[in-house]
Amino acid sequence: MDGFPILTTMMLVPLVGAILCLFIGGAAARGVALAATLATFALGVLLWASYDIGGAQWQFTERAELFEGFSYALGIDGIALMLIMLSVFLMPICVLASWTSITKRVGEYMSAFLFMEVLMIGVFAAQDLFLFYIFFEAGLIPMYLIIGVWGGDNRIYASYKFFLYTLFGSVLMLIAMFWMVAEAGTSDIPTLMQYDFPVAAQFWLFLAFFASFAVKMPMWPVHTWLPDAHVQAPTAGSVILAGVLLKLGGYGFIRFSLPMFPDASGELAWLIFALSMVAVVYTSLVALVQQDMKKLIAYSSVAHMALVTAGLFAFNVQGLEGAMMIMLGHGLVSGALFLCVGVIYDRLHTREIDRYGGLSINMPYYALFFLLFTMASVGLPGTSNFIGEFLALAGIYQTSTWVAFVCTTGIILGAAYMLYLYRRVAFGVQKNEDAAAMPDITAREWAMMAPIAAAVLWMGVYPESFLAPMRADIAALDARIASAAPANDSQLADGAPRAEAANAIAHEGGEH
Amino acid sequence: MQTQILLIVFLPLLASIIAGLVNKNAPSVFAKSITTGALFVSAALSWPIFLGFLGGTATAEVVPVLKWVQSGDMTFDWALRVDALTAVMLVVINSVSALVHLYSWGYMEEDPDQPRFFAYLSLFTFAMLMLVTADNLVQMFFGWEGVGLASYLLIGFWFKKPSAGAAAIKAFVVNRVGDLGFMLGIFGTFLVFQTTSISEILEAAPAMSGTTIGFLGMRLYTMDILCILLFIGAMGKSAQLFLHTWLPDAMEGPTPVSALIHAATMVTAGVFMVCRLSPMFETAPTALAIVTVVGAATCFFAATIGTTQWDIKRVIAYSTCSQLGYMFFAAGVGAYGVAMFHLFTHAFFKALLFLGAGSVIHAMHHEQDMRYYGDLRKKIPITFWAMMAGTLAITGVGVLGVFGFAGFYSKDAILEAAFARGTGISQFAFWAGAVAALLTSFYSWRLMFLTFWGKPRWIDSEHIQHSVHKTPEEAGADTTGGYKPHESPWSMLIPLILLTVGAVLAGYIYKYPFIDGSSDAVNGAFWGGSIYFNENLVHALHAVPLWVKLTATVVMITGFIGAYIAYIAKPDIPAKFVENFGWLHRFVYNKWYFDELYDRIFVKPAFWLGRQFWKLGDIGTIDRFGPNGIAWVVERSSGAAKTIQSGYLYTYALIMLLGLIAAITWVLL
Repeated sequence: MDGFPILTTMMLVPLVGAILCLFIGGAAARGVALAATLATFALGVLLWASYDIGGAQWQFTERAELFEGFSYALGIDGIALMLIMLSVFLMPICVLASWTSITKRVGEYMSAFLFMEVLMIGVFAAQDLFLFYIFFEAGLIPMYLIIGVWGGDNRIYASYKFFLYTLFGSVLMLIAMFWMVAEAGTSDIPTLMQYDFPVAAQFWLFLAFFASFAVKMPMWPVHTWLPDAHVQAPTAGSVILAGVLLKLGGYGFIRFSLPMFPDASGELAWLIFALSMVAVVYTSLVALVQQDMKKLIAYSSVAHMALVTAGLFAFNVQGLEGAMMIMLGHGLVSGALFLCVGVIYDRLHTREIDRYGGLSINMPYYALFFLLFTMASVGLPGTSNFIGEFLALAGIYQTSTWVAFVCTTGIILGAAYMLYLYRRVAFGVQKNEDAAAMPDITAREWAMMAPIAAAVLWMGVYPESFLAPMRADIAALDARIASAAPANDSQLADGAPRAEAANAIAHEGGEH
Repeated sequence: MQTQILLIVFLPLLASIIAGLVNKNAPSVFAKSITTGALFVSAALSWPIFLGFLGGTATAEVVPVLKWVQSGDMTFDWALRVDALTAVMLVVINSVSALVHLYSWGYMEEDPDQPRFFAYLSLFTFAMLMLVTADNLVQMFFGWEGVGLASYLLIGFWFKKPSAGAAAIKAFVVNRVGDLGFMLGIFGTFLVFQTTSISEILEAAPAMSGTTIGFLGMRLYTMDILCILLFIGAMGKSAQLFLHTWLPDAMEGPTPVSALIHAATMVTAGVFMVCRLSPMFETAPTALAIVTVVGAATCFFAATIGTTQWDIKRVIAYSTCSQLGYMFFAAGVGAYGVAMFHLFTHAFFKALLFLGAGSVIHAMHHEQDMRYYGDLRKKIPITFWAMMAGTLAITGVGVLGVFGFAGFYSKDAILEAAFARGTGISQFAFWAGAVAALLTSFYSWRLMFLTFWGKPRWIDSEHIQHSVHKTPEEAGADTTGGYKPHESPWSMLIPLILLTVGAVLAGYIYKYPFIDGSSDAVNGAFWGGSIYFNENLVHALHAVPLWVKLTATVVMITGFIGAYIAYIAKPDIPAKFVENFGWLHRFVYNKWYFDELYDRIFVKPAFWLGRQFWKLGDIGTIDRFGPNGIAWVVERSSGAAKTIQSGYLYTYALIMLLGLIAAITWVLL
């Protein structure tokens, strides 16, 4: 692989596809988009296969100095690799999901998605602060268009809200970036990750970045754009939004906030914990009372992302790796759940939960997939989300039993709202004739669901494939931030041993 | 032994996947044969392992399967551990599961979804086997949740019934409350021991007995809090008091499911967990006291409800709940071998009772209400005798030193152990257990008398009316309505007969290895260190006064006489009792109002809070003052700005003047 600019190639392929789509338009654009995304995915597989686990921290690096303080620098570590894989894996599925449901301006639609893919690969591969910023913010534009042009009835409000929220944070982040480059004298991200900013400055820098990442995450209370955006977005838009765009916030924390401002991160961990705890309970309860399937899943995403933030700020390996695994698992599972909604939305054109019921009867394979993804979302062991949730919570417990306790209640509430949803959709009698007449999933829908299902199980049974590439990077990050870790509240203390066994008859009544 | 173990565990999984994927694309006999066949092979492979441990020839073994997770210091892998404790569970799970598979051939014959049913059953068996062969706490949790999933699917198997869907969710969510404890317990254990390997934890536990740890702002003995958290998990799975509400509702599932999951295997997982971790629990006196109290309270509480229910399956469900309580307080007083013994015998006689009840329901055209049974003794004789054996076993009929049915040995040993333990709490457990044994005898015989004796009351049942196309008025004096109950097919009777053998002999044959650890002089040899074996307690248990040994028999006879008087000799007594003690009957009949209480304090508030957060929080506050508020401000200020930019010179002049004044004031100050 030496010298071959694979990352640039991975961005060029969808870019060429995007331009092509703009010009040819119509049905042919679908084929072009599918070919381009599949080719990018194939390159992604090649990238993963040639990634040297245990090798250099930054691999496949490319660099071109453009002008002072700005360079076109790409390169990935294991964390970026995994997120890129997630993006390129979901992309062909998104194209398939839009195959029949998008009928107007097909060329422009596919083009927007392919641009989106370019930007997503770019944002994870960027090694220059400003290059990252450009990709990070430019990602808004195609998504804004996807929601605003191909969205539902209330799409203008949703896209405006989405844009306003996300832009608000970004301005502060850009200012902070200028200050940082002036202070450190470089915009090179790997260098900045090792740079020790003054502790006092870290505080403000952290908050500036936090404003942006918290919105992207989204964290409570800046989450209200997400349900609206999801509800209005077309199915594939929701998949990308939940699958990849929500991961930008977490990626930001792990790439910028934690390594660049470790002291401030430790100092402000309480804030993250507090917001995360509120989010888990609050948004889970809100999810419980939703009547709109997409809103329900959107709120569940907020609750899951709260586990990511809490895990990241647990300041230990389990917390960090757990957070990464939740991001990957949630990317697959929530994407798949939105696909599940899309499948029945395409048939009945409503997201109202009560319009369905008894789908296990007429759509048994659909019900099976939906069940698998529901269980994965609930964090059933053997599926992807369990690994992440378990590790993250185990990590959190080592920092704070309170936070772990509150966040773990999410497993109860999560089961409640997801199973309640599943029951209303798939169980019960077929009370609506039109819903009862819906045919089971088609070959195209099989092709969307089956790969995700396989990945979900793979990640749950043998997560080593995904943990191994990230291990060294997480360890390095953990070493970098360890000194700033907040004190834990467990504080194991020695004491005189009690009666050696509680029920040894000789030691009557071993109570203390 | 390695290959056998792998086959035992993974054959059911393989069968389940094949049966589930082929589903209705092949005749249902395909799915039925492949799953049932796999289970019989697993069962056949399990018994030699168990007998090997009994004979002292087998040793504990761990079969590594696959790497699972490595995250920093936290590692856990897929592995199958088989020791004496696991061997007992293997025999119980696979034997009962194989018989239940076979039984379902007959019971589910008319169901259109048989492949799905058999796939679920085998999936359950696989998850349960993963649970009992776990070498680390996380794999145990995998099995724990896996059986929860299978239980959810099987309770909701007839998903068209709204009550089945509701019961399935309830089972899963209530279990999740327990899982919260289990998960926190695992996290705490990892924090303390830096490992999730069960054998390493058990080895290191005694050294931690005096240490304290912070938890939610409290300072507690490390081992106490860890064991309490883990025990909360056990309470959920084993339906102990406060977390029991899902088990009776779980009867919505088909009866074979109730026999396998909600009687013989899954619900005993909590007991298995406490026994598996017994060396750890032995370092936690407070936790063990809680185990004892919860177990004793449950065994009494559930038994009271059992005396009032009319649904034959619900009576047996509460009976299960009660018997699990016995197992827990046996473990709580340190008699882990005795707890496992009762788990073992209970699996046979309770599966027998459930399958027998299924056979009765099958005979009575799906009627489950005992008020509409009666006089079935001669109509379905094989079912009757099987149920009889189950009843003799659960009530503990036997003569000291001669012979007894299965429950006679295990339940009596539990009461003796509680008495021998000698603490205040164990005395409480002893008396609660004794009273519960009286109630057990009463409700078991009540069930038998209502079902098999007396006059037929069949025509009052709607199910029977549908079958014979008659109303009670049309039937007149013939209260059978002309209905002919039919004995079940052989696929159902053979499992009943085999389980009958277990219910009759399991106690007599295996009492020495389970209670004393061995049939010869070497005490504890059978368990081989797989549980904490308290030799002193076993000696004390055998040395209790005669009146203690006879207590169980006395209360058993009392319960029988009570039931005989109330339901055979003077059948008007129950009605009079209800008349005079209406409040007490209502309280017990309504299951101590737990469901209503939980609905008021958990379910309704959760939905209410959700709506408030959504309407008042998200829409009413965040959106109102956030994006919508900003939009409003922008709109208004642009409106204001528009009026300023009027295009008239004097407006601009005025603004300029005001600006100048402001600037000058600023400079001067």
